[in-house]
Amino acid sequence: MTHRATGNRALSTGALARVEGEGAMRIEITDGRLVDVKLNIYEPPRFFEGFLRGRGYGEPADITARICGICPVAYQMSACTAIEDALGVTVDGQLRALRHLLYCGEWIESHTLHIHFLHAPDFLGYDSAVEMAAAHRGVVERGLEVKKIGNEILETIGGRAIHPVNVKVGGFYRVPARRELQPLRDRLERGHALALEVVDFVAGLDFPDQEMGYEFVAVAHPNEYPMLGNRVVSDRGLDIDASTFLEHVQEDHVEHSTALHARLIERGEYLVGPLARYSLHAAKLAPTAVAAANGAGLGTTCHNPFRSIVVRAVEVVHAFETALAIIDGYEQPDRPDVPIEARRGIGHGVTEAPRGLLYHRYEIDDDGLIADAVIIPPTSQNQATIEHDLFHFVERHLELEDDELRRQAEVTIRNHDPCISCATHFLDLTVVRS
Amino acid sequence: MSTVSKPSLAVWKFASCDGCQLTLLDCEDELLAVTDRLDIAYFLEASSATVAGPYDLSLVEGSITTPDDVERILEVRRQSRFLVTIGACATAGGIQALRNFTDVEELLRIVYATPAFLSTLGTSTAISEHVDVDFELRGCPIDRSQLLEVIGAYLAGRDPEIPSHSVCVECKQKTNVCVMVAHGTPCLGPITHAGCGALCPTFNRGCYGCFGPVESPNTDAMAGALAVTGLSAGAIDRLFHTFNAWSEPFRDMSVSVPAPTRRQP
Repeated sequence: MTHRATGNRALSTGALARVEGEGAMRIEITDGRLVDVKLNIYEPPRFFEGFLRGRGYGEPADITARICGICPVAYQMSACTAIEDALGVTVDGQLRALRHLLYCGEWIESHTLHIHFLHAPDFLGYDSAVEMAAAHRGVVERGLEVKKIGNEILETIGGRAIHPVNVKVGGFYRVPARRELQPLRDRLERGHALALEVVDFVAGLDFPDQEMGYEFVAVAHPNEYPMLGNRVVSDRGLDIDASTFLEHVQEDHVEHSTALHARLIERGEYLVGPLARYSLHAAKLAPTAVAAANGAGLGTTCHNPFRSIVVRAVEVVHAFETALAIIDGYEQPDRPDVPIEARRGIGHGVTEAPRGLLYHRYEIDDDGLIADAVIIPPTSQNQATIEHDLFHFVERHLELEDDELRRQAEVTIRNHDPCISCATHFLDLTVVRS
Repeated sequence: MSTVSKPSLAVWKFASCDGCQLTLLDCEDELLAVTDRLDIAYFLEASSATVAGPYDLSLVEGSITTPDDVERILEVRRQSRFLVTIGACATAGGIQALRNFTDVEELLRIVYATPAFLSTLGTSTAISEHVDVDFELRGCPIDRSQLLEVIGAYLAGRDPEIPSHSVCVECKQKTNVCVMVAHGTPCLGPITHAGCGALCPTFNRGCYGCFGPVESPNTDAMAGALAVTGLSAGAIDRLFHTFNAWSEPFRDMSVSVPAPTRRQP
């Protein structure tokens, strides 16, 4: 049944499709005026921060990976970084390079999944990539091949694509010999060429005009487009060390969500993810990614959430070029890990998950056991902004029939690739210090 | 819309990380062939089109942790001709079953400021504790080849060929040096169900049991062997109590705490 415009309307989508995890959407219109929008997150809580207490310092890398099957490496990287910070250890040189390479694999896999399976069907008017494949088989097959090459990085370095087994505090269990990476290198060359084609494809899609006034927040590194790093910056002057993150971010537990909403203290809602990374750090992209961005018509910043699909495609090109450079500069390190000694400490870690900044904090006791854990995933940071986007979009499109309004509102949510599995089960309000 | 002859596939999610259903989308070389043979009738992560049941083949990811999900799995069972659980959450309760050993109210207070907003059970349990299951696929996450074997076997009308031996056998097949014997690395391989291809030992790491226990594992002997490697009683307990903590053989396994204090679901 469709009806529209004036009068009272309540639209809802009981279970959002093509997002990771379980969420729903509700839009309320009274007397032709938009009253409320909510992104409901009803994914059941899983209490990771609770049962991390009392586990060994080496365990969060494997345990927190299980928060999200789409971005397990992000959890492993933020967990290891935070725990190494607590234990006073630095992982650098070739070991850091291998982590960076592993992370490139996850970006390629996750972004390519989102571009082809979750997002592109919206632009081309299909319900799924499988349905889209009937008319665009080549596009879907190319997407699958790029995604597969991303997974090959994860399998070569991490052992498997989902929940890699080779990551540990201090580095790895096993590091590859230089020659082991050569077959992968050939595959990455092909992936890089295909990724450039994907940018051309997504740049040709039709984008609604919607420029949003986000505050962009991302990890910063002096000379790398950020995956690993230890500072957090915004385009409105935030520039902090990861260790002070909780002094700047406040989390609220709202009734309609098992994820907690994050806000910057005295600044309000903000956005993490591809748009933020790109708008803050576009100059640090690899050269072929910069050229691809220019060719796709992206400026130096991007405030249109619908164009996030283009930014993701550009970041995939960047990940391929970065991965190739890492392999070319690789020398097998003498040992696979940095020696670790358990000690009491508090540590913080920020890295860039495909969906945006992922913060971990651990408190470790004298026996090397976790006394306290705090994890802030990207989607809980973005949830308030996603609802804001939704309100803005629906308010300007009240004339649409219900079904079309619902469909486009869902697209507004998918623009941000929300990972609801990640967003759920988080955050402790009592840690906020203002 | 479906053609008459193709069987329908539904993919369901309960409490989980989405990794096992992602494994289906990770079958990059086979995915379009699979969808040529099966109609995707319900798979929210991949499609916004849903077709009403009943469904010929249902893949169920995740464990039961909320009052609503207790009801929903009954409906999924009613709508499914052949129901396969995929992964450690659906098959053994998953990592979130660690709540079964503790007070869930305490966990709520640790994670959420306003626990009254939440509706959750004190336990995380396997699908088979609620409904009949036609086949259980192990792993955290499941293995891609095993998933394809289960789907292929279903389409061919035969039983899936999923080996039930331990990870040790897979190590021998790969001619790996035993990490426990050669390096004294603690390893759950002797009592862990095969399926990963002995991944961890291949990476110079001990198995951490993500495929869950083999049938009739000798857990006491395993605990003794782990102690010989120098692992503390607490660390041995934690190793058993991770991704398959609520599986029958591991549930009451404790080196450091007497068993009777444990809660029942």
